[in-house]
Amino acid sequence: MRITQGCFSFLPDLDDTQITAQVEYMLSRDWAVSVEYVYDPHPRNTYWEMWGHPMFDLRDAKGVMMELDECRKAHPDSYIRLQAFDSTRGFETVMMSFIVNRPPEEPKLHMQRTDFEGRSQKYAWDARY
Amino acid sequence: MNAETETTIPKTVDLAAEYEASGVAEVLRELDEELIGLRPVKQRIRETAALLLVDRARRDMGLSQAAPSLHMSFTGNPGTGKTTVALKMAGLLYRLGYCRKGHLVTVTRDDLVGQYIGHTAPKTKEVLKKAMGGVLFIDEAYYLYKPDNERDYGQEAIEILLQVMENNRDDLVVIMAGYADRMDKFFTANPGFRSRIAHHIEFPDYTDAELERIAETMLAEQNYVFDAGGKRAMEEYIGKRRAQPHFANARSIRNALDRARLRQANRLFETSTGPLDATALSTITEADIRPSRVFQGGLDVDRAHEETRA
Repeated sequence: MRITQGCFSFLPDLDDTQITAQVEYMLSRDWAVSVEYVYDPHPRNTYWEMWGHPMFDLRDAKGVMMELDECRKAHPDSYIRLQAFDSTRGFETVMMSFIVNRPPEEPKLHMQRTDFEGRSQKYAWDARY
Repeated sequence: MNAETETTIPKTVDLAAEYEASGVAEVLRELDEELIGLRPVKQRIRETAALLLVDRARRDMGLSQAAPSLHMSFTGNPGTGKTTVALKMAGLLYRLGYCRKGHLVTVTRDDLVGQYIGHTAPKTKEVLKKAMGGVLFIDEAYYLYKPDNERDYGQEAIEILLQVMENNRDDLVVIMAGYADRMDKFFTANPGFRSRIAHHIEFPDYTDAELERIAETMLAEQNYVFDAGGKRAMEEYIGKRRAQPHFANARSIRNALDRARLRQANRLFETSTGPLDATALSTITEADIRPSRVFQGGLDVDRAHEETRA
């Protein structure tokens, strides 16, 4: 099942030229860019692993693409996303976030329904391969 | 851009028009106006610009495919304008479309080489990432290589640099700078660099007359002028300073002028009795230059060295 998180996730996967163009846009707005990866794409899992530090003083998208390539090499079967942070409010606000790498086989988000006190029901989701 | 050139391959090219349109003419004009002397350097840059312009035209017509190697080495004594020219070079390459952003990142050994095992690679990569799309200027590049210590981490930085210079030729231009003799030794010890650097540009020392003009330009930038005595003293100062150790061309002049301004301020403070006009506030006289230690035979520390050696 295709995981949809962040921007562009209902579009076909972006190729490297398109990713570069998006990163150029981020840098043109003076946003910091970071690369993060995760093996557990559950929507409630907000803790993605950082691939190095966020990059604060880049001028060209090539720097991000180099890191992305390294991350893809090290974790080809993980989800990788790029994030852009804006610091104008005095703290880093996420302005953009999109998935740039997916495992060949994506897990299903499975919904589990259980009975609870009386006739009430509880719902839970888990990622299943 | 590729798709565009493939569909409409131009039949002819007007080099003069290209030259004006690309803004290269403007950079070269600035170079001529702002930098005094450096005739051979300007000549080399003009040639390089012409080569790149023709190369670009050739690529537009589909005559050549490969991007030219643009890495350079600037050799010359301190204070001969290597950094300033590198800045202009970045602008030039940007106008010609050989580098995407045209910014200059200036680094030395400290910025590239780490302090412990495993520290160097991330540090060098960090700098390279910052420099992508622009020009990386490595000042005193020979410090990267220390032959007397084979466990020096500089070697690691050199390897990463070489790799990036080869693989990311479209993304990054590396300029290495330093003294001529030590750079030669550095290139002999690291043949990989020599073969990857296409343009070697030598920066000559300034002549006394050029340094005088530089001194006047520097003062004019800060709205100061020499009076006749001050000008004479400065000429004498330049001649004497050149013979003394640690002479750094234009940088020595800048420092001398900074100290002259300090003395001028002191002199005005101590001697003035009434209101001062703008002329008095912006004139450097003989009395501001003569007290320099250069006229007494140089710095005390240097003289002490001489004596112990003798």
